Amino acid sequence: MANVHSWLIDDSPASRMQARLGRLYRICGALSRNPLAAVGAIIILVLILTAIFAPLIATHDPLKQDLAQRLLPPGGINWMGTDELGRDIWSRVVYGARITLVIVVLVAVLAAPAGLIIGAVAGYFGGWIDRVLMGITDIFLSMPKLILALALVAALGPGIENAIIAIAITSWPGYARIARAETLTFKNSEFIAAIRLQGASSLRVILGHVLPLCTSSMIVRVTLDMAGIILTAAGLGFIGLGAQPPLPEWGAMIARGRSFILDQWWVATMPGFAIIIVSLGFCFLGDGLRDVLDPKSGEQH
Amino acid sequence: MAFESETLAGIATKAAKRPGFRKSRSARLIFGLGGFVISVLITFLGLLAITFFIGRVVPIDPVLAVVGDRAPRAVYEAARIQMGFDQPALVQFFHYVGSVLRGDLGTSVSTGKPVLDDLKRVFPATLEMATLGIIIGVLLGVPMGVYAASRRGSLVDQTIRVVGLLGYAVPAFWLGLVGLAVFYARLKWVAGPGRLDIFYDGLVDPVTGIVLIDSLLAGETEIFVNALWHLALPASVLGFFSLAYIARMTRSFMLDQLSQEYVTTARVKGVSERLVIWRHAFRPILVPLITVIGLSYAALLEGSVMIETIFSWPGIGNYLTVALLNADMSAVLGATLVIGAVFIGINKISDVLYRVLDPRAR
Repeated sequence: MANVHSWLIDDSPASRMQARLGRLYRICGALSRNPLAAVGAIIILVLILTAIFAPLIATHDPLKQDLAQRLLPPGGINWMGTDELGRDIWSRVVYGARITLVIVVLVAVLAAPAGLIIGAVAGYFGGWIDRVLMGITDIFLSMPKLILALALVAALGPGIENAIIAIAITSWPGYARIARAETLTFKNSEFIAAIRLQGASSLRVILGHVLPLCTSSMIVRVTLDMAGIILTAAGLGFIGLGAQPPLPEWGAMIARGRSFILDQWWVATMPGFAIIIVSLGFCFLGDGLRDVLDPKSGEQH
Repeated sequence: MAFESETLAGIATKAAKRPGFRKSRSARLIFGLGGFVISVLITFLGLLAITFFIGRVVPIDPVLAVVGDRAPRAVYEAARIQMGFDQPALVQFFHYVGSVLRGDLGTSVSTGKPVLDDLKRVFPATLEMATLGIIIGVLLGVPMGVYAASRRGSLVDQTIRVVGLLGYAVPAFWLGLVGLAVFYARLKWVAGPGRLDIFYDGLVDPVTGIVLIDSLLAGETEIFVNALWHLALPASVLGFFSLAYIARMTRSFMLDQLSQEYVTTARVKGVSERLVIWRHAFRPILVPLITVIGLSYAALLEGSVMIETIFSWPGIGNYLTVALLNADMSAVLGATLVIGAVFIGINKISDVLYRVLDPRAR
C-alpha cells in the first residue's frame, strides 16, 4: 500500500499514466477531507447505482396499477405509499432516478462541448469572431432560462427529448464564457506558441491543447449547474411539458400528487425529497470540486 | 462575484478609456452611455430574434390554423401571402419587430383578446407577488448573511450555508405545495390559493391592478388584510429563494471585506465589533449587493411562473402556463417577450446602478 501511495504522489512521474492517476488520487484525497463534498459524491454514487440496479431495488413494478391499493399511506409493504392508480411510489422514485440521470447526462453531453468549442474558438481567434460569438452568447445569457426553455418546449412539442434539447439550448452560454476566459489566460503562453511554431493548425491547437486545459473548470461548472438542470427538467415535467405519463419522472409525479396534497401528502412530497437530495448532492460535490480543482474562482475562504 | 464585463458595453467603456478619450470625464460618460444603450438595444433585438425563431419552429402551420385543413390550395396560398409567410425570413423578422413595436403581439386563441391587453391585465398580480417576495428576501437575507460571516464556522453559519444551498436544490412548485399543505390546510395560518376570498372578488376597482394598493386607495382595509393573507404564503415561498441567494452572496462579500487589512486596523484601534461589521465592512458591500438584489428580483419574476400555477394566482406565469398547455403560441411568445424584456431591463438597470454608484467602476 505504502508503495502504491508513494508511486501515486511522486513529484516527477515517469509516465503520463502515473501523472494522471496521481492527480486523480490527490483530487480524491482532497475531496474525502471535505465532508460536504464527500456526502455529495456519495449521493451521486447512490443515484447512479440506483439507476443501474433499479429493478433490484424497486419492490414493485413502477407501472403496474392496482386500484384496490390506491392512495395507501407509507407503510411496511409500500414504503412511500401508493399513488392514485395504486402504483408503488418508492418503486417509481427508484425508476425515476434513471430518467433524471439520462436528462442530466444528455444535457451535459449536448451543452458542455458546444459551449466549450464556441468559447475556445472565440477566445483563440479574437477580433470580430470573438465579438460575434460572445454577442450571441451574451444575448442568450441575459434571457430568463426557464421561460426560454418553456417557450422552446411549447414550440417543439411536449416530451422528454424536447425538454432535454430545450434545457441544453439554454445552458451552453455559461460554458462558452468560461471556456473563453480560460482560453484567453493561456492563449499567449509559450507552450501554445511552441506548438504553433511546429506547424500545428488552429484546429489542432484548439482541440489538442486548449480544450483539455479548460476541462477542470468546466467539470466544476457542469456539476454546479446540475441542480439547476434537474429543477428545470422537473419543472417542465410538473407543468406537463416534460416526460409524459406513465414515465415515473419526479416532476410529473409531483404534478399528479397535487390534487391529493391536502389529504394524501405523500404522493407529491416523496418525489420532491428525491429531487432535493439529488440536487443538494450535486451542489455539495460541485462546491467541493471547485475548492479542489479551481480554487481561484470560488469564495476565497 | 465574477463580473462578466466583456459585454458590448464593456468593450465600449474600454474604448472610452483609450488615451484620446481621457480628456474630459463627460465625454467618456456619454460614450459609455451610448455603448450601454447600444448593448441594451442589441439584447432586446436578440430577444425578439429568439421569440421570432421559436414562433417559426412550431410544427403547427400558422396558416393552416387560420384557414382550416380542408381549405382549397388557392385559399391556403392566398392566406399564406396575406400573412406574409411567402416573404424571406429576414423581411418577416422586420415585420415582426415592427408589429411588436406597435404593441401588436397577436391575438390569444384561448381568451380571444389581444395578447397585449391580456398581459397588461395579469402583469400587476405578478409584480405584486414578486415585489413582496424580494422585500422578504432582502429583509431576512442580508442580516442572515452578515451574521453568518461575523460568526464564521459556527453552527448558525453552517445552518445559513445549508439554507443557501437549499435555495438551489428545492423545486419552487414543491415548496409551494408543501407550504399549502402545512400552513393552509393543517395550521390555517394563511389563506388558500387565489388573490382574494371569493366574496371580496371584484369589490375593488382595479386602478393599479395591485390589490394591496387598490384596496387602500378605496379605503377598504378589510380587503387589504384579506389580500395580504392570500399573498403571505406565495410571497414567502418566493422570498425563501431570494433569501437563500442574497444570504449566500452577502456572506461571501462580507467574508471578503472582513479579511481586508483596514478591518484589522479598525479592530486594532479598538473599534467595537458591531461598528467594525456595520460601519466598516458592510458599507462597501452595499453596491455589489444592489446588483445581487436586482438579479434576484429578475429571477423572482421568472420563478413566479411555477408558484402562480400552484396558488392559482392570476398573474403572467399562470397566463403563460395555460397558454403553453393550449399551444396558444401568440400568448406564449407574448408572455415570453414581456418576461424576457423585464428580466433584461432589471439586469441592465442594476448594471448601470453598479457603474454609477461604485467609484471604481466608473
